[in-house]
Amino acid sequence: MSALHFQTIAELADALAAGTTTSVELTQAVIDRTRAVEDQVKAFNSYDADDALAQARASDARRAAGRALGPLDGIPIGMKDVLAVKDQPLTASSKMLANFVSPYDAHVTEQLRKVGAVIWGRLNLDEFAMGSSTENSAVHTTRNPYDLERVPGGSSGGSAAAVAAGEAIATLGSDTGGSIRQPAALCNVVGLKPTYGLVSRYGLIAFASSLDQVGPFTRTVEDAAIVLQAIAGHDERDSTSFKTDIPDYRAALQEKKGPWRIGIPKEYFGEGLDPEVAAAVQKAIDYYKSIGCEIKEVSLPHTEYGVAVYYIIATAECSSNLARYDGVRYGHRSPDAKDISEVYFKSRAEGFGPEVKRRIVLGTYVLSSGYYDAYYLRAQKVRTLIRNDFLKAYEEVDAILTPTSPTPAFKRGAKADPLAMYLCDVYTIGVNLAGLPGISVPCGFTEGGLPIGLQLIGQPFKEADLLAVANAYDSAHNWGKQTPKL
Amino acid sequence: MSAPADFNIDHIANLARIALTPKEKATFSAQLGDVLANIEKLKEVDVSNVEPTAHAFPVKNVWQADVAKPGLSVEDALRNAPAKRDNMVSVPKVVE
Repeated sequence: MSALHFQTIAELADALAAGTTTSVELTQAVIDRTRAVEDQVKAFNSYDADDALAQARASDARRAAGRALGPLDGIPIGMKDVLAVKDQPLTASSKMLANFVSPYDAHVTEQLRKVGAVIWGRLNLDEFAMGSSTENSAVHTTRNPYDLERVPGGSSGGSAAAVAAGEAIATLGSDTGGSIRQPAALCNVVGLKPTYGLVSRYGLIAFASSLDQVGPFTRTVEDAAIVLQAIAGHDERDSTSFKTDIPDYRAALQEKKGPWRIGIPKEYFGEGLDPEVAAAVQKAIDYYKSIGCEIKEVSLPHTEYGVAVYYIIATAECSSNLARYDGVRYGHRSPDAKDISEVYFKSRAEGFGPEVKRRIVLGTYVLSSGYYDAYYLRAQKVRTLIRNDFLKAYEEVDAILTPTSPTPAFKRGAKADPLAMYLCDVYTIGVNLAGLPGISVPCGFTEGGLPIGLQLIGQPFKEADLLAVANAYDSAHNWGKQTPKL
Repeated sequence: MSAPADFNIDHIANLARIALTPKEKATFSAQLGDVLANIEKLKEVDVSNVEPTAHAFPVKNVWQADVAKPGLSVEDALRNAPAKRDNMVSVPKVVE
């Protein structure tokens, strides 16, 4: 049996129920592990060990009284530092919010508390979730636990690295263009982006509101199903929250047996795909074939426009969303501002880092008078075509399989050019534009020992089916149970 | 690659209410020139008779029951204010 901090939620839930461990023992193991490796990994922006242990004691007391709340009761779960946790810091890895303390819980935080999870620490990200490496964090750059010279991916790099390094049993992140799936792939963990609208965004710091979704990082697909169960469902405080029945996701893993029709979009296997990634993904395709799945080539012909559409829509929405950081009600206010105009101009100049400024400038430009139709409206129309490509493919297949990232983890500083960084998201962006659920599942390592992820894309609100397809591979391979040498 | 001729960084920075340094203006103009060149390829796509997508799953007319609910206390609402006085956020003088 692996060390407590490297076990899965399913294993730990059994151990807690059997009384062979306690939440205090588990939480202490996670805290000890974090203290031992955090100097190397730098996954966290902040954590509060006393608060976590108090939650763990409450969990153990519930269990002793026969009132345990289910598989997450007593399990330490880390939060990306864009999700509000009442009375704890919330920074978005930005100087703008360096001193911000959350006055309330995000919806997902409340949901995790309802099922007894131990809310554990706030995890690093690219500032305001803008980036693919965590190098845009104003706090520090998180390291990939499998190679400390390399990035963990981003923007939810801290969330992925913490699970990989044994610093949390599961974590939550947010995904606007791949920010859960890409770091999951680079760090050998499972990362799920739910259908747009399945999980409430209340209490999530907004980046691009028509694309942002919250989702889990775990060691297995089964664990992702357990966490999704807790956080999915309608919330009236998010006007885009969708009213839909929430099935038993974990039960679906057993009930839904396939065989499935799996689509392979040829546009995702072209130029720029690393050969070792291609080979690992091909092995996964062969596995699905071996268990009786029908493998069909499909076409998503507007794939090549995804990055361009994304960088218009996401920056337009961010320029609007980040207008709230004006130095007035909260966030950084320039000490040098002499009048209200300077409060705006100087506070924003001092509070935002370069990538955030760049995106606000681009977003402001594409929305500015005279350019709206040429950029934003056209991008929204091409977004329709990208979405229609997926819906058409789903007439023939149950799920779509692709690489998650064109390459394994790259070295820190390797993508100094913003456009090169933006192209990291080429396989993940379409899923956000179409609002679909997508999951990255570990599918092996390069010869150099770097993790590789495969992406499975499902149909809207059919997470139960997507998780079942993903679990068929994951439960037979269990790559995510391997651990890095730290 | 430089920015398109009509990309006026001073105008855009002013609209965005961000004071950019001369160095930032030069760097961003060059970098966004590359990004905008990449975006240009959207012009190849025939979008006639295509409706725009603002949300993947639009939900319309979302109303909540018109009942009062507890909100943040004044203390919580002002907790992160950079400057406050008498239960209010304070800012430099707006009108001369």
